[in-house]
Amino acid sequence: MSSDKTNIQEPKYINPYLGGVLLGLLIIVTVFITGRGLGASGAIKSAVVTTSNTIAPKATEANTYMCQFIGGDHSPMWTWLVFESLGVLLGGIISGIVFGRMKKFRTDHGPRITSKKRLVLALIGGALFGLGSQFGRGCTSGAALSGTATFALGGVIVMFAIFGTGYAVAYFFRKFWI
Amino acid sequence: MGPLIPNGIIGGGWDFVIAILIGVAFGFILEASGFSSSRNLAGVFYGYNFVVLRVFFTALIVAMVGLMYFDYVGWLNLSQIFVLPTFLTPMIVGGVIMGVGFVIGGFCPGTSFTGIAIGKLDAVFFAIGLYLGIFGFSLAFPLFEDFFTSGDMGNVTLMDITGIPASYFAVAFTVMALAAFWGTMFIEKRVRKNMKQYKF
Repeated sequence: MSSDKTNIQEPKYINPYLGGVLLGLLIIVTVFITGRGLGASGAIKSAVVTTSNTIAPKATEANTYMCQFIGGDHSPMWTWLVFESLGVLLGGIISGIVFGRMKKFRTDHGPRITSKKRLVLALIGGALFGLGSQFGRGCTSGAALSGTATFALGGVIVMFAIFGTGYAVAYFFRKFWI
Repeated sequence: MGPLIPNGIIGGGWDFVIAILIGVAFGFILEASGFSSSRNLAGVFYGYNFVVLRVFFTALIVAMVGLMYFDYVGWLNLSQIFVLPTFLTPMIVGGVIMGVGFVIGGFCPGTSFTGIAIGKLDAVFFAIGLYLGIFGFSLAFPLFEDFFTSGDMGNVTLMDITGIPASYFAVAFTVMALAAFWGTMFIEKRVRKNMKQYKF
């Protein structure tokens, strides 16, 4: 490690292969208990349907996409993935405390862009990811990882499409990161 | 025996307790591996940090082999588990849009939750973006409803579509993963040597 670089303070992350083994075991446990894998984007979808249903219940019922997720005795927030995602937030907090990464609000950005620009890009990227996750029937967790781990063709397709596209377009967005 | 909840071995009332516990473990592993930082995640596309590839592929092959083992010894009936349905073109298009979103946004949904957990503002904005994107999709849904349900192949697995046994795919993915782990080790070393500034 030379002193002229700012990447000298390596943070305390666990070994990535250990992280991978733990995550793989967690998928096995999850499938063993619930019969399906992990997820993330589904919780945001529940939040969208819930707000829409609260503000404009008639329009939500008339919407051919959102109407599938309402009805019954419970709010659309009463789903497995919402509780799981609350757990993810909690688990992140616990890890952040354990490894000393819980700090006040801050923004990570590449050396060539400002924090403000990074936040705009994060918003745009998030919107695209949210849109894509609906067509993909899940995101990196639900479709790409859990789908492929359970040998689903759709999971493999989403996995290669996400990472393949990422590499294909990375060159055009390099100023944002390096 | 398994899956436990669908087979009534664990009562449905435990569903949400288990969901939170599994979520806590998921969030902890993601954060502890460094997935709460968009710069770590984006590194996979620029060669300066392959943590995404290492964690993702290790998890994938461990889960694949483990699930087959559970099935083999009779703890879990793989024919009873949920298989993600395949809608060919919409899922390719969705994956492509997500890939662009990944490179621009620097997170994926699950990792952004862990970023929020430790105070990353860019993760907060990413999650707001997710919300807006899904809201936009829902409002515009009538425009592409036909496309959304096109290419429906049902809940097919790789085995259904090719007739090749699952073990062959597990071996293929394992070989692919090990080759990628080995190759990216050198790429990462080289790219990092030329990088002036990289704060985690």
